[in-house]
Amino acid sequence: MTTRTIQVDLLARVEGEGALSLVLEGDRVVDAKLRIFEPPRLFEALLLGRACTETPDITARICGICPVAYEMSACHAVEDALGVRVEGALRDLRRLLYCGEWIESHVLHMVLLHAPDFLGFPDALTLARHHPERVKAGLRVKKAGNAIVRLLGGREIHPVNVKVGGFYRVPGQAEIAALLPDLRSAREEAEETLSWLATFDFPAFDRDRELVALRHPAEYPMNEGRLGSTHGLDIDVREFGAHIVEEQVAHSTALHARIVGRGSYLCGPLARYVLNADRLSARAQAAAARAGLDPSCRNPFRMLLVRGVEVVYALDEAIRIIDSYAPPAQACVPLAMRAGTGQAATEAPRGTLYHRYVLDDGGVIRQAQITPPTSQNQRGMEEDLVAMGGMLASLPLEEARARAEHAIRNYDPCISCSTHFLTLAFEQRERS
Amino acid sequence: MARPKLAVWKFASCDGCQLSLLDCEDELLAVGEAVDIAYFPEVTSRVEPGPYDLSLVEGSITTQKDAARIREVRACSRTLVTIGACATAGGIQALRNFRDHGHMLSVVYARPETIDALSSSTPIAGHVSVDFELRGCPVDKRQLLEVVSAFLNGRKPNVQSHSTCLECKMRGTVCVMVAKGEPCLGPVTHAGCGALCPAYGRGCYGCFGPSDAPFTAPLARRFLATGSQSGDVRRLFSTFNAAAEPFANEARRHDD
Repeated sequence: MTTRTIQVDLLARVEGEGALSLVLEGDRVVDAKLRIFEPPRLFEALLLGRACTETPDITARICGICPVAYEMSACHAVEDALGVRVEGALRDLRRLLYCGEWIESHVLHMVLLHAPDFLGFPDALTLARHHPERVKAGLRVKKAGNAIVRLLGGREIHPVNVKVGGFYRVPGQAEIAALLPDLRSAREEAEETLSWLATFDFPAFDRDRELVALRHPAEYPMNEGRLGSTHGLDIDVREFGAHIVEEQVAHSTALHARIVGRGSYLCGPLARYVLNADRLSARAQAAAARAGLDPSCRNPFRMLLVRGVEVVYALDEAIRIIDSYAPPAQACVPLAMRAGTGQAATEAPRGTLYHRYVLDDGGVIRQAQITPPTSQNQRGMEEDLVAMGGMLASLPLEEARARAEHAIRNYDPCISCSTHFLTLAFEQRERS
Repeated sequence: MARPKLAVWKFASCDGCQLSLLDCEDELLAVGEAVDIAYFPEVTSRVEPGPYDLSLVEGSITTQKDAARIREVRACSRTLVTIGACATAGGIQALRNFRDHGHMLSVVYARPETIDALSSSTPIAGHVSVDFELRGCPVDKRQLLEVVSAFLNGRKPNVQSHSTCLECKMRGTVCVMVAKGEPCLGPVTHAGCGALCPAYGRGCYGCFGPSDAPFTAPLARRFLATGSQSGDVRRLFSTFNAAAEPFANEARRHDD
């Protein structure tokens, strides 16, 4: 057996920075560690003593890529503590805002960060020299998603218009209808983008394991639902802590999550799709079928296509919401402070994002827990690398390293979210 | 002629400021042609060695390792521009500077002794010389393009340091303090966002940090006179630019 060592100092094209260490004996991975050492920013501690109404603005700063997800989970969790429900047009506007974030975040990942892996390019700028129309189309779709966030939120990153109970200002009908032409053409271009992505080569790599996502009685899940899984989990989000535990591991500043009694699981687009394909719009289901996807898919490399389907869905859903929109009488539901515990999970682009707050009678935060998708998926990503041992061992050195990085990027890991950093150190050594 | 080399570096941050460049959907490909993106891990696997003509630095210094790394970044950069509130003022994570750090670590981690984290979050200019500081949490993408373009063309960036309040007046927004009694940091906050929050009916929360000569005390007195509690005033000055001196000093005058 040969001895090979691969070092990559920094995993590129992910949000945030971190490292991976992989030890191969022959064709067997004996150890895989996704090392997240992004400096901790201690959000759960700095939230203590803050007003619960500050949670959307403060937790948005955990992640510049998916601030809306943080704003949504924070609002729902605080509203749960205060006994407030946000319904009707305000609820629709939140869903519309989330559609905008799914579109811009997914397209960023699909076209600018991940597609280069499949075609052997270092980045999207090189990709754009070979496939200019595909990259330009992707940028237009991304822009249409960002236009939603900009209108409803004020700006694309760290939107200012979201508050506990609703919004500061709601758009008028004409204002919001002005988004429609670009959303309609983006929907066509998203379908074409998906057809292009479906022509890529996907490594054969099926992994059977527990997939976890929200499931809602009527909708493809974004803001609400019970937490379900492929292995029988079906719980109210308030039972999250009784079923899912987080633990500190030596090689990471992100806490690892697992399901009590069963171990690792995965959340994210693949889990959402597998558990909720029947809740997609007809148009998104048709797009999935054309891309060769069905809910039996367990190949993380094909998650690229699932994101593409979710973009078509989010555009379809955004158009539906705008078509039926009538401005609500009030921009926000009135709030009355009280002591209590509030919990919520929403579906961030990268997976289930859980927040839990304990408030005192003045609405001041006394405890905070935030479980982002990437820390839930961290162990599953490591397990993928272990399972890829045979595939990696058969490849020349540079290709093996590229494939391992590619496999991590399947999850669109958000290291800033999970608090953290990746370097890739991969070594293959002779069994002594 | 060789294209100027651009590098983008990340320290403790949310990624949002560097992402602002990728949110320039209409300009991104043109920027990629005008400059050689020589180091930008979020965007490319390609790494070219320095020196770099322009380094954009996002994030604050919160670990020993990063305190050493920023000196290396400075050494290989002809021009160094910080982007965003973390890099220019320590960011939201600078709230730790005013609290018991050991306790904060123990709130998040079961074994806090294994975590490398300094007890303060400090701006880049506290460690190395900085050629220009672009404000905002996040930065405004139009201002970011202006700064990149200015430095690559050897001119001063056209970035105004007056208050958000002035931007708001120019925009013609009805004053949220006068009309609704909402506390608003616009009069003491650096311009740049286009006075977004008042346009959405809420007071400015200071994410661009202090403006030139910010008179915070009379503003704080006004908040107290119009119904804010002392803790509210303290928190308002103590969020995304908590360690910026004028805001930190004002926050200290108010109890929780």
